[in-house]
Amino acid sequence: MTDHTQYLSDAVTRIRPSGIRKFFDLASSMDNIISLGVGEPDYTTPWNIREASISSLERGFTSYTANAGLPELREEIARYLTEQFQTSYSPEDEVIVTSGASEAIDLAMRATVNPGDEVLVVEPSFVSYAPLVSLIGGVPVPVPTSIENGFKVTPEAIQDRISDRTKAILLCFPNNPTGTVMTSDELESVAAIVKQHDLLVFSDEIYAEMTYDAPHVSVPALQGMRDRTVLISGFSKAFAMTGWRLGYVAAPEPLASGMLKIHQYAMMCASTMAQYGAIEALQNGREEMLEMVESYRQRRNFFVGALKDIGLDCHTPGGAFYAFPSIRSTGLTSEQFAEKLLFAQRVAVVPGNVFGEGGEGHVRCSYAASLSQLEQAVDRMDRFIRSL
Amino acid sequence: MEKEKELLRLLEKNGRMPAEKIGRLLEMDRQAVEEMLADLEKRNVILGYSAVVDWTKADVPEGVTAMIDVKVQPKRGTGFDETAERIYRFKEVKALYLMSGTYDLSVVIEGATMTEVGQFVSEKLSTLDSVLSTTTHFQLKRYKHDGVVFGDKEDDHRMVVSP
Repeated sequence: MTDHTQYLSDAVTRIRPSGIRKFFDLASSMDNIISLGVGEPDYTTPWNIREASISSLERGFTSYTANAGLPELREEIARYLTEQFQTSYSPEDEVIVTSGASEAIDLAMRATVNPGDEVLVVEPSFVSYAPLVSLIGGVPVPVPTSIENGFKVTPEAIQDRISDRTKAILLCFPNNPTGTVMTSDELESVAAIVKQHDLLVFSDEIYAEMTYDAPHVSVPALQGMRDRTVLISGFSKAFAMTGWRLGYVAAPEPLASGMLKIHQYAMMCASTMAQYGAIEALQNGREEMLEMVESYRQRRNFFVGALKDIGLDCHTPGGAFYAFPSIRSTGLTSEQFAEKLLFAQRVAVVPGNVFGEGGEGHVRCSYAASLSQLEQAVDRMDRFIRSL
Repeated sequence: MEKEKELLRLLEKNGRMPAEKIGRLLEMDRQAVEEMLADLEKRNVILGYSAVVDWTKADVPEGVTAMIDVKVQPKRGTGFDETAERIYRFKEVKALYLMSGTYDLSVVIEGATMTEVGQFVSEKLSTLDSVLSTTTHFQLKRYKHDGVVFGDKEDDHRMVVSP
């Protein structure tokens, strides 16, 4: 019998499977659960966007597009970034349409990080960041945040982890899994350290449209940051287009050009029909997007208040659609809490430790669920906590 | 004003939402919500609270709905308003709109049977002095009404847990 694992690369062997996957397998094996474990909108893509994509198929647009994406889409993205986030990019050579923001993150790292380079990853963080750094031989260095300061990263925490191997820092605000946003002043103080140490920033702003109490501050819009930032975003969250796998990366031309080399060999181009849908999203999708955001904000208010009522300490997330309550008062680890809650009350939440060590003691609850599901989930969580 | 708009949108989707829940969603206390509702009712912004019913699924005899295009001779001084008022006061009339185009008034009638609707049109509507002509269209099927799609909702296809 052949031992196929002998063929796996060292890099693949070294990284661990996603903790989310493990929990997915567990939750999927059960019936009648209320899921707060879903990292995507509970809306179906608005019809006009779906219709635009169907129409592109009807018209026979089924061939490759330019490697960097349809010129019309890149122009729309550049216009959108300028209007919404005051960042300016040339659609011809500074914007690349990718297969989801996930590919954009991978491109950004592969184009810039050498083996042995250190990349600072603010934790708790999206599950793929650290493994993607490891896969290219880089070294992910966690920069912890905590509930005490609302999961905001401080200049001191960054400073403490900078070495002469540090190449870049990866920021994600609004954050998955904490929902934390950073103010302009807070980001400015982070930017000062970044400039002082001549670092590159990978700024994942996929949740940028989903801020509830103050407008989003885009990292490349800060003074002197455009030239050292790779902006990552996409259509999944704001336009409820997760399954379309469509994202983009915007960066100064030399960096974009480096990323485009990888993209053209590895992916060729993003899906053509999805790109036509995305053009419609940017041209005519803002009204529906704002309605969705309003609804998430209302649910945020409801859900976070309800969590506090049942005794779970929870900071108020300023964006995305996640609450990240502390479950330390229960005396359980986050994995124990999530597992026991699932078995006892059939509510699926994601254990915080899958988002890095800083996530231990918390669980991620997505409030992209219907109001009645949220109400039921809180009732069940209340019963569960009382039973401990 | 922003909260008022949000409250109205919530009620438009679900007129039964209790004040306490509205308060939770909009970060207002229950009393403030109730005061806002009372004010909106007083100002006739909220005119009523109704349900969107799919009668084809209810265990009751199904009625018929007709949309009638009405051409009207407008009157000096009151235009179409006087005739419109005479029409909308009939209890069979569920909606009435002044239209641009080839006819003037669009009247929505609900009745128990086609005969009943026919009688209303021939005996009450057509006989009004200023009504010049009527064209009756019976509604065959409701696909969408008041923003609500009739039939089964789109399923949630999401995985149970995702990144």
